[in-house]
Amino acid sequence: MSPGVGAGHMDNLGTIGFSEEQADLMEAASRFCREKSPIEKVRKLIEDETGYDDAVWREIAELGWLGIAIPEEYGGVGLSIAEVAPVIEAMGRAMMAGPFSGTTLAAQAVLASGTDKQKKHVLPKIVEGAIASLAVAEPSGDWRLDRIDARADVEGDDLLLSGVKRFVPDARAARWIIASVIHDGAPGLVMISRSLLTQENCRRETIIDETKRTYELTLDGLRVPKSALLDPAKAREAFEVIERTANLLASAEMTGACAACIDYTIDYLTTRKQFGRTIGSYQALKHPTVDAYVDYEQARSHVYAAAHSFNDQGAGEIAVRMAKAQSLKALTFAADRSIQFHGGFGFTYDCDAQLYRRRAAFHASQFGDEAWQRRRLADLLF
Amino acid sequence: MADVDQKALATFAADADAWFAEHCPRDPGFMLPLTFMEVGTDQQFEFLRDWQHKVWAAGYLGAAWPKDYGGGGLPQAFQDAAMAAMKKHDAPIMLNAIGLNWTGPLLLDMGTEEDRKKYIKGILSAEDIWCQGFSEPENGSDLGNAQLKAVREGDEYVLNGSKIWTTQGNYAKYMILLARTNPDAPNKYAGLSFFLAPMTVPGVTTQPIRKLTGEFGFTQTFFTDARIPASCLMGEEGQGWLVAMRTLEYERGARKGQAGGYMMTSFDAFQIVDLAKRAMRAGAPAIDDPVIRDRLVEFIIEAQGLKLCNERGAIAPLNQDRPMGLPLSNKLAWTEFVRRLNEFAMTLTGAAGGYYVGDENAVDEGLWTRGYLNAFSATIGGGTSQIQRNIVAEHVLGLPKK
Repeated sequence: MSPGVGAGHMDNLGTIGFSEEQADLMEAASRFCREKSPIEKVRKLIEDETGYDDAVWREIAELGWLGIAIPEEYGGVGLSIAEVAPVIEAMGRAMMAGPFSGTTLAAQAVLASGTDKQKKHVLPKIVEGAIASLAVAEPSGDWRLDRIDARADVEGDDLLLSGVKRFVPDARAARWIIASVIHDGAPGLVMISRSLLTQENCRRETIIDETKRTYELTLDGLRVPKSALLDPAKAREAFEVIERTANLLASAEMTGACAACIDYTIDYLTTRKQFGRTIGSYQALKHPTVDAYVDYEQARSHVYAAAHSFNDQGAGEIAVRMAKAQSLKALTFAADRSIQFHGGFGFTYDCDAQLYRRRAAFHASQFGDEAWQRRRLADLLF
Repeated sequence: MADVDQKALATFAADADAWFAEHCPRDPGFMLPLTFMEVGTDQQFEFLRDWQHKVWAAGYLGAAWPKDYGGGGLPQAFQDAAMAAMKKHDAPIMLNAIGLNWTGPLLLDMGTEEDRKKYIKGILSAEDIWCQGFSEPENGSDLGNAQLKAVREGDEYVLNGSKIWTTQGNYAKYMILLARTNPDAPNKYAGLSFFLAPMTVPGVTTQPIRKLTGEFGFTQTFFTDARIPASCLMGEEGQGWLVAMRTLEYERGARKGQAGGYMMTSFDAFQIVDLAKRAMRAGAPAIDDPVIRDRLVEFIIEAQGLKLCNERGAIAPLNQDRPMGLPLSNKLAWTEFVRRLNEFAMTLTGAAGGYYVGDENAVDEGLWTRGYLNAFSATIGGGTSQIQRNIVAEHVLGLPKK
């Protein structure tokens, strides 16, 4: 009587799981971020050139969080990206700025496709607190990571670089930047050292999320040794890892921000009075707040399912894309309504609702928005 | 849970799987209700009553209820395994839903030994059908204002008034009833009492209500000087609201697993993907249409999100901020999703979406169209979605009532 289920089946999608390590890190990171990143501090760092507190960064390194997903042989803790998720979520909740996710991404790219020598050189230093970054976006704005115009062409013993990279996080503070290029006719990755960056070829961008720092990198004329090339045979795998990691980290950061945004809205709804009533008693405000909350809870479930199945063939990518789509949906709606429900104050720079809304807009612009994730999901699912 | 014999459980689960594989009726030749609220004909009723009896007799219903009352005396994990087998084999529903999911747990929680002996076996065997008498024509969402009168006279209460949306009211032998015993109580809630009332006494009549689908499944129930024994009172006079709230917790999904009642057939959101493969758009299967693909993915993401929230409920560290958040928002999120999914499925079939149940050309016998219309029973019944949002806002998010 019921129609037959085709190739797909809900049971084939991922499940949720949560390790003791995740729970411990969640607790520690929540406490740390609450303490180190009150909203006044976030506001202050918006005005700062580098955009993060170096003392806090050193503490993060000492806590070992930069090594969570790096194997022990390179000085790391030997866990996985699943255990990084609660840390990023806590940072998102406190809107903590800094090069944590960019460095984590670059480290995973090196881990996925670096040569032995590169891994031994770079990863232990990252664990100790060296900042690294990833340069994959380009002027075309195409979210497909293998659509690359930048080039690395052999010239003598060197590689001559050309092209432009955009939205490179914390480039000026980074010791290494891993950039995607076309090399020998195929997509690849190359490592650029800090010494090559100048005021001219590394321009700070003005972006919608003012808590973050990104830079436009002009590669034209830069030379790196051939040994700066990551293993071309593993490039495809590296691009997959980069995209999956970037989207999971963004999703976790957004669910954290979404929790904070909903708390912030509730705080106003329970204190502001108009017409002699607390405005949170009006159903016109109450009901959409509940809808935002329901979206948020689903986003959070997706995030921890994506973390849990991150390395599962097929299921991992599906889970991560779902998490990105849902966390974008949740944060966008919660922050949009937060601006509206704060009334006149919501229209001001001083109201924090704009910080959350801008955060969602930025993540929609990087590594694919909701519609893009759904489009990729359609091809994976049907 | 530590004392569950895993080997015995595995054997039980395998036996249940085999039993349902063999005994699940496939096509009785008429449409079976997808939920307990859709039992509209005697034919459906008799079929489902026999089926429930058969499942209970085989040991797969009430497996976790005490043996003394007709249950299996096993840990809850055994009943969960039986439920999983029912879902897996797409079994017809367990008919006596109010009894299994409301009355039974209530009796086990706070009933007398005598009441448990009297009622529970009949609930499991489907010999005694139960219905619920909460809503009244003038008091729906405002349940606390229920006005049906119960006046004590000697060893009896005399009932006068009317209840509405009584699921299976025309088949029920008993009703869990919320009635007003004290019209002068200090507040409306304190005047209410809770009864396990027989429907077979003189003065109780039912009148079927025709649903928006054109079918039946509910009644309005009238009480005219109906006399019931005073022993039908559950707890004490004036405690009716507290008892009713406890049953609503079962209904709203805040407690689960106790009963083993399987109230609606499970469905897999991927069924709409299959539907899109069968429907046509511009000479190609609808599944190739980019707009339809996008909507399908939206629904699958949401279905998966709901499933994951259900799983996440069991992971304490992921529920620290608002421990009641997931249980109390589950009904709202799930029922609204089902309504929208059916609505989309209905449009997905193209021109055939114009057919209704009964036409030989209706896609899947009109399942989706009827499903959409019936989906409102869940977004309205048990507290409308709007009331649910108030509950979540006030009890989970801490927003003020006034």
